[in-house]
Amino acid sequence: MIDWSGYIGLILQGALVTIELTVLGSALALIMAFAAGLGRLSRFAAVRTLATVYIEFFRGTSIFVQLFWVYFVLPFAGLTLTPLQAGVLALGLNVGAYGAEVVRGAVRAVGREQREACVALNLSRYQRMRHVILPQALPLMLPTFGNNAIELLKGTAVVSLISLTDMTFQAQVVRAQTGSTLIPFATILVLYFVMASAISAGMRWLERRATRGLDGVRA
Amino acid sequence: MEWDWTFVWQILPTLLQGLKITILATVLGALVAAVFGLVLAIARRSHNAVVSRTVGFFADFIRGTPLLVQLYFIFYVLPDIGIRLSPLVAGVIGLGIHYGTYAAEVYRAGIDNVPRGQWEAARATNLTTRQAWIHVILPQAIPPMIPALANYFIAMFKETPLLSAITVLELMNQAKSVANSSYRYIEPMTLVGVFFLVISLISVVGLRFLENRYARVDER
Repeated sequence: MIDWSGYIGLILQGALVTIELTVLGSALALIMAFAAGLGRLSRFAAVRTLATVYIEFFRGTSIFVQLFWVYFVLPFAGLTLTPLQAGVLALGLNVGAYGAEVVRGAVRAVGREQREACVALNLSRYQRMRHVILPQALPLMLPTFGNNAIELLKGTAVVSLISLTDMTFQAQVVRAQTGSTLIPFATILVLYFVMASAISAGMRWLERRATRGLDGVRA
Repeated sequence: MEWDWTFVWQILPTLLQGLKITILATVLGALVAAVFGLVLAIARRSHNAVVSRTVGFFADFIRGTPLLVQLYFIFYVLPDIGIRLSPLVAGVIGLGIHYGTYAAEVYRAGIDNVPRGQWEAARATNLTTRQAWIHVILPQAIPPMIPALANYFIAMFKETPLLSAITVLELMNQAKSVANSSYRYIEPMTLVGVFFLVISLISVVGLRFLENRYARVDER
């Protein structure tokens, strides 16, 4: 009879790494999404081009290829990263590229008359974005951001392949040590699903908060 | 370490062999996903609440968990209950089931977007349910779905490197084995990235074409 308590502990340790990766990756993705998304709407052609190249590049290849590239090729350029750093970097940049398109779409979806009203009120570009456009664009972004965060959570499984001890890696360890396949894999599938459900519940809550007071403003 | 072109030419045939498997897996996976997605979408519309609830939960579960773990599950757990699959078959089934749940949403949206009036008109002209589906509903539902489905199949193509984790000898795995035997990572890894980027960019152009061709039925 196998004593499962130790192995469950191992998987829970992995779950912490998965959560850490998801949180850090999402933070980087959020920053990149706004930087590149607003960059694509910039007045300056150079900024727009840079943002477009970034977005197309990271959406054109998968997270797996990017992760391996970051982990195996960058060291030759003199940049050696720990698996955790490589994972956060690849996940954040990849999902950030998808998020950037969401930001761009949401900002452009805010009506023309809102911009014209800002010009009429003599608001600066920064004030216009901060106080008028973004508060209306944010609720439009949230549902897709939720999906992107779940995609990122699912992407974290890939980092197990560069020997980061996340949940999937620990499940493989348990499989190797016990020879049992069903229990470790079924356990982590359920844990991933619970995490994904937590993200979507959290996003629904945020959405309710963000739309508070906007009734009647949006069409 | 410097970029070495002679090494590139040397490894190119091996990588192209891997690329063939990658494309094969994508095409087969897309077929499985297209069929499985349709089955899910129809089951989801079932009047039996137990069936539609169960299928809905199953689809949510698949969409909420990583493809890599699902591949491990198919490849390592199923042999324990006597189902032994070759790596490629396991990979195609994994891709097909995972993206089938996404395809099911596309089908569902496409079918829901056919106006109620079309159903009523079909009923009024005395068409059977089968005739209504084949001659009225599906011809209107399918064209707008095509770009969305193609979008998911491009996404699936980009996920195929995951199959290397269950020992399918596709592009990524060939590149890894070349890299491990020669201790050169720059060229193989970069070439894999370039292959994927080039094919994705070409498919995006194809996708634009499909969108222009099919997406705007109501504007015609």
